[in-house]
Amino acid sequence: MLRIDCPFCGPRNHDEFTYLEDGSVKMPALANSNKNAWYEAVFLRENPRGAHIEDWHHTQGCRMVLRVKRDTLTHKITSVVPAHPEYKKMLASRDKPVRPSGKKSAGARAK
Amino acid sequence: MGGYRLKNGGLINRDKPVSFSFNGRKLNGFEGDSIAAALLANNVQQVGRSFKYHRLRGVMSAGPEEGGALFNVNDGAKRIANVKGTMAELRPQMQVYAQNAYPGIRFDIGAINSLFAPFLSAGFYYKTFMGPMRSTSFWMFCERFIRKAAGLGTASREPDPDSYDIAYGFCDVLVVGAGPSGLHAAAELAEQGRKVILVEQDFEAGGSYLSSGRPEDLALRDQLIRRLKTAGGQLMLRSTAFGLYDGLVTGVIERLTDHITDPDPHCPREITHILHPRHVVLATGASERGLAFGNNDRPGVMLAGALRSYACRYGVMAGGSAVLATCHDGTYEDAIMLAGLGMEITLIDARNRKSRQYQAASAAGITVLNGKVPVNVAGSSAVAGIEVADIDEKGVVDKVTTLIGCEVVGISGGYSPVIHLPSHRGIKPRWEASIQAFVTGQTSENIHVIGAADGVFEASACIDHARQLCAKMMGKKPKKQIRRGIPGGQRPLFEIQIEGRKLKSFIDPQHDVTSEDIRQAHREGFVSVEHMKRYTTLGMATDQGRVGNILGLAVMAQAQGLAVGSSGVTTFRPPFTPVSIGALAARERGADWRPVRRTPMHYEHLAAGAVMTDAGAWKRAWYYPKQGETIDDAYIREAATTRQNVAMVDVSTLGKIAVQGPDATEFLNRIYVNPFAKLAIGKARYGIMLRDDGMVLDDGTTWRLAEDDYFMTTTTAQAAPVMQFLEELLQRRWTDLKVHISSVTDQWAGMAVAGPYAREVLSAQFPSEGWSDAAFPFMGVREITFAQEGRDIICRVARISFSGERAFEIYVSADKGAALWSSLASHIKEGGGCLYGMEALGALRIEKGHVTAAELDGRVTLEDAGFGKMASKTKPFIGSVLRQRPHLIFENRPQLVGIFPKDRTGRFSAGAILCHPDQVSGFGEGWVTAVTHSPALGHWIGLGFISGGAEAWQNKTVMVADPVRDNFVEAEIVSPHMFDPQGGRQHG
Ligand SMILES: [Zn+2]
Repeated sequence: MLRIDCPFCGPRNHDEFTYLEDGSVKMPALANSNKNAWYEAVFLRENPRGAHIEDWHHTQGCRMVLRVKRDTLTHKITSVVPAHPEYKKMLASRDKPVRPSGKKSAGARAK
Repeated sequence: MGGYRLKNGGLINRDKPVSFSFNGRKLNGFEGDSIAAALLANNVQQVGRSFKYHRLRGVMSAGPEEGGALFNVNDGAKRIANVKGTMAELRPQMQVYAQNAYPGIRFDIGAINSLFAPFLSAGFYYKTFMGPMRSTSFWMFCERFIRKAAGLGTASREPDPDSYDIAYGFCDVLVVGAGPSGLHAAAELAEQGRKVILVEQDFEAGGSYLSSGRPEDLALRDQLIRRLKTAGGQLMLRSTAFGLYDGLVTGVIERLTDHITDPDPHCPREITHILHPRHVVLATGASERGLAFGNNDRPGVMLAGALRSYACRYGVMAGGSAVLATCHDGTYEDAIMLAGLGMEITLIDARNRKSRQYQAASAAGITVLNGKVPVNVAGSSAVAGIEVADIDEKGVVDKVTTLIGCEVVGISGGYSPVIHLPSHRGIKPRWEASIQAFVTGQTSENIHVIGAADGVFEASACIDHARQLCAKMMGKKPKKQIRRGIPGGQRPLFEIQIEGRKLKSFIDPQHDVTSEDIRQAHREGFVSVEHMKRYTTLGMATDQGRVGNILGLAVMAQAQGLAVGSSGVTTFRPPFTPVSIGALAARERGADWRPVRRTPMHYEHLAAGAVMTDAGAWKRAWYYPKQGETIDDAYIREAATTRQNVAMVDVSTLGKIAVQGPDATEFLNRIYVNPFAKLAIGKARYGIMLRDDGMVLDDGTTWRLAEDDYFMTTTTAQAAPVMQFLEELLQRRWTDLKVHISSVTDQWAGMAVAGPYAREVLSAQFPSEGWSDAAFPFMGVREITFAQEGRDIICRVARISFSGERAFEIYVSADKGAALWSSLASHIKEGGGCLYGMEALGALRIEKGHVTAAELDGRVTLEDAGFGKMASKTKPFIGSVLRQRPHLIFENRPQLVGIFPKDRTGRFSAGAILCHPDQVSGFGEGWVTAVTHSPALGHWIGLGFISGGAEAWQNKTVMVADPVRDNFVEAEIVSPHMFDPQGGRQHG
């Protein structure tokens, strides 16, 4: 069981989330009519051994799409941020919340 | 003399005698006994037969490494197989049965396998039944006989009457194993202020303290438990950590009722705990391992430490006289303890030099023979004695043997740390020469192995080890080196072989794997330990190789001419002990397998006599039979009433999404293939969305309520995937769009009133509204109010039609759904209309050629479904590029069609294949997705897909082939719009 530290909900079991896809893939603009560009973005995927950027949807939680850095070899998750750049910025600029345990804040948790 | 109970001593409660039965025979034990202890106390030596050769088996150990005392416990539905008699607590009226023995232990039909032993060697089943010359069907034919003869424990065939639960837990430190190391670590860490959970698989905490025979050890144990609990720590007994997973998530199975005769029926039998610790401390101890020599599986041959456990913990002597065979000092302490309790002991030590404990042993009246090893056990059904022989410094065993008479044999080849849990995390074990066993290698996670589990066997060193860990977790540097191994050292000793003599030496007693099997595996080319394991099944039994693992590797290494330990070790995988399926499923079984979704009108359907059906997690009304009606009678009547009069259906299960915000229009225009930019406020539009790859994702209507407010409906089946896809688009791809979406499926009850007299029903319900075609045209949307208990309730109404009739879909707040439904239903009833269910809904939509999930199965393009013309040519939309892939615009793709049987009395089924009449084979030309009897047309019709579509099959005959149901019907292909193709009925 992986634990994904959702920036909105806190650390939760991965079975609350749905894996969406490789978070490093950039979809072509909608107006881009180049078939090959779409073909590559929709179908071609790396299968890396080690660091991987992946998007997870907190389906049974806050419904946010999260960008997760996970090592495919060790399953170690090193970073979880909102996929939406504006939310990411808002979280980063906000006062770091203090956990009830008095430990690290949300931003610093991703070691 | 045999096995007997000591007059006093042990941790049993002598004031509480316990009567139980073994194979129907009434026996007595005490509270605090394990099954095995009670059997030994009653001098029951033969407790079962082995898996393959049906050799007699006795109790071999006093712990989870047991390979002999495996039982079926209980009768009927509560029967449990493969219960380890060494672990299971005795309880009153317990019924215990031997396994693998039919009709009894003494006379066993399967024992004849022993005579065929040469044919049942390693890989026998594979070679005989799985080889290239044999077919799978031959194996399947033979399998049931072999399985019956091989006779694993038999599980009950009845439904499990017990309940189970899953619990989640969090802690700073999870300590596994409540022996000396675990108790010390847990108490101290709890006192440091950490939240500690200590789990112990035994029904008593203490580990080796329980069998030491020293009262001060028990006092220390009690003190440590008190310290742990006072500091807020939690001790869980009868709880086995069975798996260590990613992120240190630990699976723990807690057994709550197996030891209770009449448990509270509401108490679950077992709880699976899913624990999330920050640190895991593994104090799992070590298993004593045996030695491989002739007939070492005879009842009466046990681990030396087990003899002591039975004596000290249970007050049970396994016999009057024993030969203990060892290669290290640990056994001396066992021997002295046993001799003090009255056992006559000869200790044979493979080492030539005298042990430091030699004097103490001699003083206790023990005969110690140095430089001797066990060779072969004498006696057929029990131990009569043991042949021993001299062993020289090089390990060569003399051919001359001496027989020493005894009742039991205690053996010890050393102690192997229990390293299963770190192995689950992929931590490679490392060979530690000082203990001739594997220990856990380096780990990067917060996993700490202490005590005997790390090869630290001396009690005081274990405590130091635990304290050192506690200090380390407080950030202090370790002060001193913890010494591994048995004080006094050990001689590496695994298998005793004599040149020219064939000995039947068991490595894995549970799976009947002998040292000869392992050598054969080597001769047949199995070099890797993983292959050897699978070929011989060594270590694959329920003891997970606790007994035979190191022995097997040693024999393998010797065959390969390698040093022991250099061959590596097989990977241990979860679970560490067998876990009942029921405990993993817990509450999610039967009706509770998954949540049930009921529409707001559920109980109205039941009151109207509806037969319900499952649609995903939803319960939906299937049909509403009148007295004496079959399902066909009912749905045909309901569908005909819809076409001729008026009827109502519950559509609450449709997905509903609120799409709001200044960019909502732009958003919809991008996700639907058809234009949405100019949809007027107060209008609905049918739309189709694709996936990025160009396939149809879903269809539905979207209503414009205001400039920036839309109400989208999806199909029931795709509601969740569509919502997720839209969220993904807004959060990852089109992050500049100002749109907010929320699922409102559960907030709105939905009902559709359809039929030529739908307008009259709506007028009766909402008399102040205008319902004429001019006032409420096709695809019109309106918000109207519905008076309920003096309050005005807002309803959303659209004139849209799935049935093809004049129809209105009405949505109202879910809590008012039943009231509005009942009110509308009474108006419908007055006019002679009816309610209709899923089956009639299907009939109506098939007649119209309207698609659902049966057609839109994820492999269908717009053109395939007949929607090619809907796609906008002027705007890009999701899937607009990749739907142009060559194979998706190929003219001959299967396309949506209607199907009529040539002989109109014929009928066919969904799933049938559409073929050329002269080529009824292979994949055919298409398939049938849905069928119904059409009340409007008076015969059976179907929808399906066929190459080239209806045009390609004009005036041709196809064969609807259904070989599974042996039904072949000639049919003609027609347009999918089989009824009212112009749509006149719904428009005007
Ligand atoms: Zn969340």
